[in-house]
Amino acid sequence: MSDVAIRLDGLGKAYRIADRNNADPRIRYGSLRDSLAGAFRGLFARGPKPSDELFWALRDISCEVKHGEIIGIIGRNGAGKSTLLKVVSRITEPTEGRGEVHGRIGSLLEVGTGFHPELTGRENILLNGTILGMKRAEIMRKFDEIVAFAEIGQFLDTPVKRYSSGMFMRLAFAVAVHLEPEILVVDEVLAVGDAEFQRKCLNKLQEIGGHGRTILLVSHNMAAIRAICQRGIVLDHGRIVAEGKVHTVADQYLAGALGTDNLDQAIETENFIVNNISIRSLDGPVIKTFDPVEILVDVTAKTDVQDPGLRAGILAADHHRVAGMDSKDFKTYAALRPGERSIMGFHIDRFPFLPGTWHLDIQVCDVAEFEYEPAGQPVRFDVVETPIYGGRQIQNLHGYVGLSARAI
Amino acid sequence: MLYFLVWRDIKVRYKQTALGAAWAILQPLLTMVAFSIFFGRLAKVPSDGIPYPVFSFAALLPWQLFAYAMTEASNSLIGSQNLISKVYFPRLIIPIAAVLGGLVDFGISFAVLLVLMVAYGITPTIAVVTIPLFIVLVVATALAVGLWLSALNVKYRDVRYTIPFLTQFWLFLTPVAYSSSLISPKWRVVYGLNPMAGVVEGFRWALLGKKEAPGPMLAVSVLIVIVLLIGGVYYFRRLEATFADRI
Repeated sequence: MSDVAIRLDGLGKAYRIADRNNADPRIRYGSLRDSLAGAFRGLFARGPKPSDELFWALRDISCEVKHGEIIGIIGRNGAGKSTLLKVVSRITEPTEGRGEVHGRIGSLLEVGTGFHPELTGRENILLNGTILGMKRAEIMRKFDEIVAFAEIGQFLDTPVKRYSSGMFMRLAFAVAVHLEPEILVVDEVLAVGDAEFQRKCLNKLQEIGGHGRTILLVSHNMAAIRAICQRGIVLDHGRIVAEGKVHTVADQYLAGALGTDNLDQAIETENFIVNNISIRSLDGPVIKTFDPVEILVDVTAKTDVQDPGLRAGILAADHHRVAGMDSKDFKTYAALRPGERSIMGFHIDRFPFLPGTWHLDIQVCDVAEFEYEPAGQPVRFDVVETPIYGGRQIQNLHGYVGLSARAI
Repeated sequence: MLYFLVWRDIKVRYKQTALGAAWAILQPLLTMVAFSIFFGRLAKVPSDGIPYPVFSFAALLPWQLFAYAMTEASNSLIGSQNLISKVYFPRLIIPIAAVLGGLVDFGISFAVLLVLMVAYGITPTIAVVTIPLFIVLVVATALAVGLWLSALNVKYRDVRYTIPFLTQFWLFLTPVAYSSSLISPKWRVVYGLNPMAGVVEGFRWALLGKKEAPGPMLAVSVLIVIVLLIGGVYYFRRLEATFADRI
């Protein structure tokens, strides 16, 4: 057997866009009346039948995945990620091109597929396990492990319709991660349960990957992707737009997905024209927690400025001020004549703020006159997701700043 | 997996029903009572010398197995939408599981039939050994029709609304409430084109020991079932690849 687990060659998947009424090609289905009407039209109409408009969910997808690789698939909603997983796991057939899969494949496209609400937890483990492709003996062998993983203990013999949604998800996920296919295909199912459970899931996936199994993972949780995967593939409008090391690719994708940090036009204050405000990482195209970061403000003096100065504030998404700096605490800038241009700024060694949306509030001043002039509205910027806390998604409980911490 | 799907269907079927498996007995039993009153007593439909209740009940069993299995199979793909669009496995398993799920009910009501036969003092002839064959035939017929309809159902949801009507209509074309001996022997072979005609009549013959085996009619029915089944599997396999997109 070669070391290639999955080989895709010019793969494409087209859906017919509804000709008349239905907007979504995926939910459209013919009624007999439509077909009959169509047949009649075909019978009587001369000339070629108007071809249906096609929507290419995937196009020209070519790539190779080796055994033991863990690949993250990144992309916006509707970029074709799920469709790709469906084609790879043979649920749907490609319209063009071909895909080869070497090895037993298990797909986890949805948590709880095939769960029946009337059946008990125990029964659903058996049922779901077989649906996902486990042998009966295999399930029995792992049964206790699954139950322990799901933390449902005493509710094992309760119909799952009485479970809390958290319990339901945990059980479903527990069954799924105990699958042992050679190739595992996972679609956006990591965001279940509380912190502890998320950690367990991530660890489990890492462990699976560590055993030399191939994983194809789709997630919007970049932190998880970065933590688990080695290689990343970015899809956009059904095409592969980037492929490579996961961190590089993720940065690239996020940089493209996020808006620009810069001012689109210069702002005039009393003493200055602020040409540009920027905040950027020295480590890549996007800002990540703990990156070295530079804040640069490009100004032109309108008047004689004796002692130019700069204040920068970092505001949280709710505009609560969480940090601030004043240049005069660090240095004295040379005086500026009218029309003279200068760049002032700050260098931050380890940018501490957690992934999310932030605002940069800039004020410029002539320190001699001691008048701070706000340079327009605060500028929005994003800190992108990185696995600060092992790959789980950042929540309110984590507060504003990241800590290089560990449990002891 | 087939086993587990059948097991699930059976397990779920009578959950949260007050009477549970009693439904398996009640349905054919009540139909039989109604038939006996209206066809047996009032319309005086001849029953080949067999007490009418047993006569109709023996036919109702395979018929209801067929009707149930066919309906379930036809709606099975639509009912398993989330499975089909999320997991890969041979899709044939779904209608097959649906058909097999009907056998438990059949088993239960079969026991009732035996009680009924004892009550009326009917002893089966040696032909009774062919009963399993007829059960297989009922299942095969239901599967054959179910395959066609389930695949069509994915494509055309019209099918779903046709099924209750089809079942009812088909019942009149099948010798359940009456005997095929009402039909002249010449036409009986044509009558066998309805596969259930041959099957039901054969079932009755095997169990109640009627005078003659429904030979030519049965042969035609078996042939039709085979053709339908092969065609159904072929058609199903051809559409299989598009199920996930269409459903």
